[in-house]
Amino acid sequence: MTETTETTKTAETSETTKTTKTAETSETTETTGTADDTTQVEPLLRVRGLVRHFPITKGLLKRKVGAVQAVDGIDFDVRPGETLGVVGESGCGKSTTGRLITRLDEPTGGSIEFQGTDITHLSQGKLRPMRRDIQMIFQDPYGSLNPRHTIGAIVSTPFRLQGVEPEGGVKKEVQRLLELVGLSPEHYNRYPHEFSGGQRQRIGIARALALKPKLVVADEPVSALDVSIQAQVVNLMDDLQEELGLTYVIIAHDLSVIRHVSDRIAVMYLGKIVELADRASLYETPMHPYTTALLSAVPVPDPRRRTQRERILLKGDVPSPINPPSGCRFRTRCWKATEECATTEPPLVALRTGHQVACHHPENAPQERPVDAT
Amino acid sequence: MTDSSDDKAGAAEAAKAPSAFLEVRDLKVHFPTDDGLVKSVDGLTFSLEKGKTLGIVGESGSGKSVTSLAVMGLHRAARRERNKVRMSGEIWLDGKELVGADPDEVRRLRGRRMAMIFQDPLSALHPFYTVGNQIVEAYRVHHDVSRKTARKRAVEMLDRVGIPQPDKRVDDHPHQFSGGMRQRAMIAMALVNNPELLIADEPTTALDVTVQAQILDLIRDLQKEFGSAVILITHDLGVVAELADDLLVMYGGRCVERGPSEKVFSRPQHPYTWGLLGSMPRIDRDQTDRLIPVKGSPPSLINVPSGCAFNPRCPYADVPADDLTRTVRPELREAADGHFSACHMAPEERERIWTEEIAPKL
Ligand SMILES: Nc1ncnc2c1ncn2[C@@H]1O[C@H](COP(=O)(O)OP(=O)(O)OP(=O)(O)O)[C@@H](O)[C@H]1O
Ligand SMILES: Nc1ncnc2c1ncn2[C@@H]1O[C@H](COP(=O)(O)OP(=O)(O)O)[C@@H](O)[C@H]1O
Ligand code: SF4
Ligand code: SF4
Ligand SMILES: [Mg+2]
Ligand SMILES: [Mg+2]
Repeated sequence: MTETTETTKTAETSETTKTTKTAETSETTETTGTADDTTQVEPLLRVRGLVRHFPITKGLLKRKVGAVQAVDGIDFDVRPGETLGVVGESGCGKSTTGRLITRLDEPTGGSIEFQGTDITHLSQGKLRPMRRDIQMIFQDPYGSLNPRHTIGAIVSTPFRLQGVEPEGGVKKEVQRLLELVGLSPEHYNRYPHEFSGGQRQRIGIARALALKPKLVVADEPVSALDVSIQAQVVNLMDDLQEELGLTYVIIAHDLSVIRHVSDRIAVMYLGKIVELADRASLYETPMHPYTTALLSAVPVPDPRRRTQRERILLKGDVPSPINPPSGCRFRTRCWKATEECATTEPPLVALRTGHQVACHHPENAPQERPVDAT
Repeated sequence: MTDSSDDKAGAAEAAKAPSAFLEVRDLKVHFPTDDGLVKSVDGLTFSLEKGKTLGIVGESGSGKSVTSLAVMGLHRAARRERNKVRMSGEIWLDGKELVGADPDEVRRLRGRRMAMIFQDPLSALHPFYTVGNQIVEAYRVHHDVSRKTARKRAVEMLDRVGIPQPDKRVDDHPHQFSGGMRQRAMIAMALVNNPELLIADEPTTALDVTVQAQILDLIRDLQKEFGSAVILITHDLGVVAELADDLLVMYGGRCVERGPSEKVFSRPQHPYTWGLLGSMPRIDRDQTDRLIPVKGSPPSLINVPSGCAFNPRCPYADVPADDLTRTVRPELREAADGHFSACHMAPEERERIWTEEIAPKL
């Protein structure tokens, strides 16, 4: 009796593994071809197999003993005019991804195409014209502004770096930008320390917008700000997007903020994208167990709800990105993990239109296994 | 409530011991600085019973941490060194007044009857000593037991807060622990003497949501088990809603609203509380197009706006007649059972604004 069950199981497992593999290959090809098959629009940014490993060296000879796998093979597109949100816990590779796609850092693998041009390994000199089109807003509104420079000097830096003379002169343009982000043109000669956190973040935004970029990557743009000020900055970014037709990649760890600002959302875990979907699907029918757990852990400002809510409590902490678990990286904390999860890495595949997930046993799935989706 | 701003520490002439386990009356903590007098806490009153949790929320710089350090008697330690802080008012812990008490006596209470969890566990844990040794020390200060007994207690506490293999990890140094584990270790240290009052100042702000959920669960369980009183300080309305029985909203060093947390969330009375609720995107509600921010920025505590400190940012500042809002400081008034707020607008007017203008937009 036992024997039979066992045999059946083995058979099943091996078979599934095989099928999954086939699925993986075919699906990957498909994904690479048409990425997000829901739109015909040419993406503004196309990222494929993006990798960034930071080598860990030891001793005087700087012998390489390992690597931090900060970003380890991620695929996504950013469509013109949309906001792509990137969410995940600390250390999962969000900021690294942001630095790679703005080419403040160079990938160790994969490719980045901006408007059809491969920018993966462009030299600083060749990147220069690109820099006008892709700008970054940083997390820390205090550290990212030089305290010895006036607001005027800070916001006009991009003009100087690019050797651009705006119509009507630099000063006039800077004052226009200050007004655009809700500051006063009189602030031109003041210094950063005279401003509050929210105002400094506005200065950072004005600087990012100086050269009329197409893509703005914002890394935790509001997390250092007080709640009442966060809302001011979120609304401002929203208005500017509408007014200037900007495309955003917004990186944040706060799931409520991400839901408010994003059209589509990528959930990262240990250097991988585990789920990528439009806002409504992700928040209403999350498929990856990690996403489900994340959403259930968000504290809700309603005391009456605390007894009704079902919370998934994950055990332990995020493992080290130096030695990530084999197979599915989430398996050490996943309550659904099976043997297969330890041996086979689940590929990111579309289980529904516009909803990609990397899991062998997804939640809310139309079919039980990704296999059936092919 | 008289508004005596003179700095007679422990000026408790009229004071009679309260019935509540913790009672804070008209607490003021002022710091003289080169730029002027910083009125970090300027007349704060609240009480807390055993087995209950009080949430204190407010923006950065509103005086939350200064309040908690005052209760722990930690400003007084600093006062002797630099002769800086000015403190007045009363803090009663189980019938004993602390503001005027002998510092040595307050020190003995600290760690045994009251303990604190800080935002940054690394500032509370010493990097050179093992986690176990630090818990052992915290225990032996107040208990005359052998190291062996204390060590057993340390392992037991680590186990209690969910550290895997506590008998091995007890010998680790803090840097060998992850962020979430350090927070647990600090909680273990704070709880080793079964304190009756636990103050948690932003206990989860540095943590990821999944770990935050673990820690909040832990605090809830431990409180149930030991029946202690808990003060939970945070800027996150979601976090307080998870734990607090009562809620106190601070603005510019003062309480603007206080009451049972269910009431404060379902029928908030103060325009600043409305502002906080409107500013935050909510995952438990339908998607809204716009957030409703509070305009302007938090007040300076050196030049606090006259009248109501919130008036430069308040959309309703012109509603109360005679420019009352800018000239007279509103006192806390009880609007409903145990629900207080400090605003010049008539309660009926606020009720109307909340139901007709604010609530539908949240
Ligand atoms: N030793 C001190 N000397 C002078 N001013 C001080 C001192 N300690 C605190 N303050 C001031 O008192 C005010 C309240 O500080 P507190 O630390 O209580 O704020 P908080 O509400 O805890 O804010 P956060 O949310 O940022 O932790 C601030 O303006 C702060 O700068
Ligand atoms: N310059 C670097 N050298 C070595 N490791 C790094 C470097 N930058 C980031 N990392 C590591 O890469 C991982 C991802 O980091 P990051 O992208 O900053 O995470 P997130 O922004 O999601 O919090 C982390 O483990 C981090 O410690
Ligand atoms: S693949 Fe397995 S371990 Fe990974 S999330 Fe899915 S069920 Fe969990
Ligand atoms: S007293 Fe005036 S300024 Fe203060 S909250 Fe009430 S209406 Fe607004
Ligand atoms: Mg980051
Ligand atoms: Mg604080």
